[in-house]
Amino acid sequence: METYVLLGFVLILSIYLGLELIAKVPSTLHTPLMSGANAISGIALVGALILSTDSNLQTAIAFLAVTFASINVFGGYLVTNRMLKMFKKK
Amino acid sequence: MEFMTEISSIQNIIYIISSILFITGIKMLGKEDTAVKGNFLSALAMFIAVSITLIDVINPMVLLSGIAVGAVIGSAIALRVKMTSIPEMVALFNGFGGAATFLIAWSEFNSIPDSLFQHILIMITIYIGGVTFTGSLIAYGKLSEKISIAKTSIITKVFTTLFYASLVFLIYAIIQPITPSVEFNFFTILLALTLLGGIGFVLPIGGGDMPVVISLLNSFSGIAAAFAGLLLLNNVLIVAGSLVGASGLILTIIMAKAMNRSINNILFVGYASSSSSTSSEEQGEVSPISVSDAYLILESASSVLIIPGYGMAVAQAQHVVRELGELLEENGTEVKYGIHPVAGRMPGHMNVLLAEANVPYDVLAEPDDVNPTMDVVDVAVVIGANDVVNPSATEEPGSPIYGMPIIEVHNAKTVFVLKRSMSSGFAGVQNPLFFKQNTRMLFGDAKESIGGLVSEFKE
Repeated sequence: METYVLLGFVLILSIYLGLELIAKVPSTLHTPLMSGANAISGIALVGALILSTDSNLQTAIAFLAVTFASINVFGGYLVTNRMLKMFKKK
Repeated sequence: MEFMTEISSIQNIIYIISSILFITGIKMLGKEDTAVKGNFLSALAMFIAVSITLIDVINPMVLLSGIAVGAVIGSAIALRVKMTSIPEMVALFNGFGGAATFLIAWSEFNSIPDSLFQHILIMITIYIGGVTFTGSLIAYGKLSEKISIAKTSIITKVFTTLFYASLVFLIYAIIQPITPSVEFNFFTILLALTLLGGIGFVLPIGGGDMPVVISLLNSFSGIAAAFAGLLLLNNVLIVAGSLVGASGLILTIIMAKAMNRSINNILFVGYASSSSSTSSEEQGEVSPISVSDAYLILESASSVLIIPGYGMAVAQAQHVVRELGELLEENGTEVKYGIHPVAGRMPGHMNVLLAEANVPYDVLAEPDDVNPTMDVVDVAVVIGANDVVNPSATEEPGSPIYGMPIIEVHNAKTVFVLKRSMSSGFAGVQNPLFFKQNTRMLFGDAKESIGGLVSEFKE
């Protein structure tokens, strides 16, 4: 339980930090920000990598989770990069 | 044993470094000058976190082949997608992230949770992840116009009912004590209801409200990852997931504010049901204008404001719009673009389209910047936008969109409205702008009309 309290603390602080960091983003960057944040949510990949592979079902679940998260990570970062490269100043 | 704990503490230290890179990355992503670098830093953080996890896995072949398959599919989609299809792409990738957390929680359930707290976490993570997954797929279908089921259709009603049922069942699943002698398999029902519920969550929401939904689903996928982090006792998942959750939440709030509606109203009520006291008195004759007459007015204008909307995206007119803007500038006219936060189908949609067409971002202005000086604008050119320039929002307290911040083009000297026909906008509200004295309607396809103006300028 101790660990959960500690990690809960990390959770609350991170959300607060996120709100502070993003509150003043110019609207020009809303789409890249969303797409970049979307890529970050692919961090589920790290979670998927440490799943158990004890049974066939568990192995299949782990494989699918890793695949889906990887699509999110690779697709998300590449598309964000493509988009940001188009933004030019006068 | 000692070796094992050593590896895990090294991993935890690397996770902290990775978290710091994520935080710095997302901060830099919020400024024009540093955004590309910020995205790179966050990708680096991801690479570090994934690599250090991979040094100590039980079944590396299965996992590496999963990564390889995902990398190929993800990259192929990302490199091929057209910039006009960005909203649905973001929705699709978001769905895959949600699916991953859904599966993580499922796997953890099969490993038999050892405390009530874990059981609750699993149920919540399954739910958020699953709703994000199918909800995002529906959003993808709606944005790419593959799904068009009316809000009033029986299918929508069935799924909406399933969504509420899934919420009730989630509560049941949470309080369900962890005993092996459960009489029926509540867990399988939860998995199915969650996935169906996600469909019901997004299905009734209309296209114009998509910027809000897509932001909210984005936030959900982050929150689901953070909860999965709690479940797996993994700090980098918690930090990165929370950052995404927070950024999605902020965008959701910005979008809702730009429509002057509560998030609750957008998700569960919609425009159709909010009582509309249609105003009939303000209607009258509209004054159409031809391309050549419009050209003459533009040619002598000294300042022009262009207001794009979803119609510009549909007509793929961003390139000719940029061309027109450049020709006007060569002619000595000051050109600016007024971008409403909810114009289009996702936050910042217009900005991306115009960036694609090489319009520099420093000539794009927000409503607060252009409204105070609207009376010195000679011509406001509205391209496929409707509700975001509807003066009812400021003049008619009975209107469903009253109070919504708009771009007040009706205060400009002349307004050109480029439109296919006289149909009302997404909100279903008639737009008195079309009947104003200073408004001229330029009917037809936006790309053709602007193209006509461009060739007039070139002659």
